Amino acid sequence: MRQTRAIEFSTGLFALLGFAALFFLVTQITNREVRFGESGYRLLAKFDNIGGLKVGAPVAMAGVTIGRVESIAFDPADFKAAVTLRIQLRYNQIPEDSDASVYTAGLLGGQYIGIGPGGSETYLRDRDQIEFTQSAIILENLISKFMFSLAGKGDKEEADGTTAEDTTQ
Amino acid sequence: MTLLRELLQALRRMLETIGAVVLFLARMLAYTPAALARFGLVVQQVYNAGTLSLVIIMLCGLFVGMVLALQGFDLLQRFGAEESLGTAAALGILKELGPVVTALLFSGRAGTALASEIGLMRATDQLAAMQMMAVDPVRRVCVPRFLGGVIAMPLLAAIFSGIGIFGAQLVGVQLMGVDAGQFWSQMRTSVEVDDVMEGLIKSSVFGVACSLIAVYEGFHSQPTAEGVGRATTRTVVISAVVTLILDYMLTALLL
Repeated sequence: MRQTRAIEFSTGLFALLGFAALFFLVTQITNREVRFGESGYRLLAKFDNIGGLKVGAPVAMAGVTIGRVESIAFDPADFKAAVTLRIQLRYNQIPEDSDASVYTAGLLGGQYIGIGPGGSETYLRDRDQIEFTQSAIILENLISKFMFSLAGKGDKEEADGTTAEDTTQ
Repeated sequence: MTLLRELLQALRRMLETIGAVVLFLARMLAYTPAALARFGLVVQQVYNAGTLSLVIIMLCGLFVGMVLALQGFDLLQRFGAEESLGTAAALGILKELGPVVTALLFSGRAGTALASEIGLMRATDQLAAMQMMAVDPVRRVCVPRFLGGVIAMPLLAAIFSGIGIFGAQLVGVQLMGVDAGQFWSQMRTSVEVDDVMEGLIKSSVFGVACSLIAVYEGFHSQPTAEGVGRATTRTVVISAVVTLILDYMLTALLL
């Protein structure tokens, strides 16, 4: 009897250790905070292009994480990305005319949503929409724009050069 | 012509074995609810498979994590990206080394014990005696051992991964001088819950496979001293091969 109790005790200890390890892995190693039930209120924002934004990405205001991206859907009515944000309840004083932009953390980091505060006295409430949005900056677009502008400039200089030579002759 | 016939025969034997294993699994699964009702027997086997493997799992986890940090640091330093060591070590341990090395150690430590125990029961006619008393040996002997292994494996793998990451931190931060804040924050930003789940799914599947192989080999061993020895050897070899093949397939599936 004593032996079985010792076995049960050490097995319980083993199971406890296993679940503790699992808990440690989920809460300490990953970017997921422990959430006890869903809390916070929802905001909607529509973007022309969200780039590589993912569900669970942070929503930051002045660099402080105040919520997470809850869901991303495509809105076929106006061909935009409808992003639902879940903001923590204690940050309930976001001015109505605030703007939301998709930013990239670091040079190659993940993307997040930054909210810039507006000046209104009325605050956004649950299920309100953020009207002013700015799309993600797509690196390829930026590079191609830069390349084309560079190429255009080069052609122009070449043209200028020939005309200058012509006039001297 | 004879070669072709032998090849066909070998193929047929292989299919027969796979069929027998699947039928054996189905039979055990049918008894599972009844076995779970008598949980004391299962607890006893969780103790045998899990608690007794704990020390070796923790020791190996520590050293696997440490060596991964050492190798990872050397590799990442060549790209000037030592700060990513936390991410590299955590992903490597969580997704691959944790489940796979745990399964290999499990089949070496617990699988052999299961196979030889059941094999010896067969050799000493204990299983036949049970049958005489109208006790189904599959139900009384095999199912609790199988369930014990299935329950123990994911927990062992989680402990292995936790200790492994601790070991990686030990070498990376304390020995190699990677900044502790960078180590943890990079790990936290790039490791997803899905990665932990992938390790959990893998180790659960390995738990089913390794326990099934051990119990099957023990139960179907020749009732001789040599037969028990052969069953034990086959358990380790087949478990290792099946674990690695399943690992590839699961990775391709889950990635």
